[in-house]
Amino acid sequence: MRWIAIWRRNFLVWRKLVIASVLSNLADPLIMLFGLGYGLGALLPSVEGMSYIAFFAAGTLCSATMFTASFESMFSGFSRMYGQKTWDAILYAPLTIDDIVAGEIMWSASKAWLSGATILAVAAVFGLAASPLVVLTLPVAFLVGLAFAAVGLVMTVLAKNWDFFSFYMTLIMTPMTMISGVFFPVEQLPRPVLMVAQALPLYHGVELVRPLVAGRMPTNIAIHLLVLLAYAAAGYAAAIMIARRRFSA
Amino acid sequence: MSALKARALRKAYGALEVVGGLDLDVAAGECFGLLGPNGAGKTTTLRLCLGLTHPDAGEIQLLGEPVPARAREARQRVGVVPQFDNLDPDFTVAENLLVYGRYFGMAPRAIEAKLAGLLEFAGLAGREDARINTLSGGMKRRLTLARALVNDPQLLFMDEPTTGLDPQARHLIWERLRRLTQEGKTLVLTTHFMEEAERLCHRLAIMDRGRLIAAGTPRELIAAHIEPQVLEVHGNGADAWMERVRNLAGRVERAGDSVFVYAADVAPVLASLAGQSELAYLHRPASLEDVFLKLTGRDLRD
Repeated sequence: MRWIAIWRRNFLVWRKLVIASVLSNLADPLIMLFGLGYGLGALLPSVEGMSYIAFFAAGTLCSATMFTASFESMFSGFSRMYGQKTWDAILYAPLTIDDIVAGEIMWSASKAWLSGATILAVAAVFGLAASPLVVLTLPVAFLVGLAFAAVGLVMTVLAKNWDFFSFYMTLIMTPMTMISGVFFPVEQLPRPVLMVAQALPLYHGVELVRPLVAGRMPTNIAIHLLVLLAYAAAGYAAAIMIARRRFSA
Repeated sequence: MSALKARALRKAYGALEVVGGLDLDVAAGECFGLLGPNGAGKTTTLRLCLGLTHPDAGEIQLLGEPVPARAREARQRVGVVPQFDNLDPDFTVAENLLVYGRYFGMAPRAIEAKLAGLLEFAGLAGREDARINTLSGGMKRRLTLARALVNDPQLLFMDEPTTGLDPQARHLIWERLRRLTQEGKTLVLTTHFMEEAERLCHRLAIMDRGRLIAAGTPRELIAAHIEPQVLEVHGNGADAWMERVRNLAGRVERAGDSVFVYAADVAPVLASLAGQSELAYLHRPASLEDVFLKLTGRDLRD
């Protein structure tokens, strides 16, 4: 549990900048949610038995969680690792690179969870998530955060410079958001594209969260949880392996 | 008792051997200086001793713990002042110490109890709420030193502790480091300031290209490796003068537009300077810097 000291360090910095941080994590998804949800949603009939804005709120919960986890583990993580050399200072103490990787992933997942939980709270206030089942989206949001934090940290420990992240953002995250059922039902997708989506973590988060927001239990729960857990575990293992090579060569 | 012991330490990066069969012995309570030109392998040696870099071969014992196997346990009782400050820019002076203490598993109350003493030591009393980017270079260095002391270490590693500081700031650091040795702490520092090494270190080792090439007290090194008197001469006609005195005494060396004469007795050479109004000269006792330049050469290292 030595990673808690690293989690706590990041938490203390976040606490100092809490308003700016929460605003920057929520402004984008909420503007999209209400802009597209009400604007575009007014033109659409109900989608999968829900109003479009409720449908989109479930997707936004997942995509906002994904983006917060990714930004924190990549851009903020890289700044701590590379710019500020905070990791170097931590390594003089009786902590190891494994502790740092665990602390960073847990921190990014925690911050991401807060984004997801806040989107959920806003959706609830607007009557878009009325069922008690929505409480179950909270652990799912943490798991989505964990998966993307772990994969994001792999990018961070691989990165030589800031530009490296644009490849991952543009070539992977943006298309993944499009095909994972955030904006529209995946049934609209051609079969091969759907299969790609099913191999990626965001799809499984959406498949769990959307029924819960609508007040139904999701189907294939075990598979969805397993894929998210697999991404988290594989990302964690890969990040540790690469970070060890980077730091103790 | 030995605080740090390394045997046959080796580390290569590809074909480049950075540390090549190094033996080190640092006794508890001494201030030990590792000298060497840039690229000699000093920083890599420190990283190896801390267990941050894994050696290709060799053995290390730090405070009785085998490294890297039990580096974590060893680092619990060690402090580090790195070559480049890496204070946490997101925190104030006091927060830097509080957060750092937590990395050692210290309870918040235990760190808070030490805060006033550490700030006083660093000459930062009253600045606890200052942001890091408002501190001068000297203040940052002192805060980094205070941070390295938060866990009350038995041994302190310092990588070029006064590089980039002005003389005032440097003297203050030296004074603090002497205080630490008086308290019984073991200091291991790297430097390429000979004056710093001569003033602070009980024992020195000179390192070049990954190997130790000389070791001993500053006086022993000077006595063993260099003639006691030095004459530095420069000016118009120095070349011609050099040819004339070449056989008068000791060793004559040329660097840029200066001529260096090293000898046990430079009186005959001094006599030959009489009436040479174009030549400026300096007659001084040999120093550690002369030893260093003799052993590692005058060529640039970068």
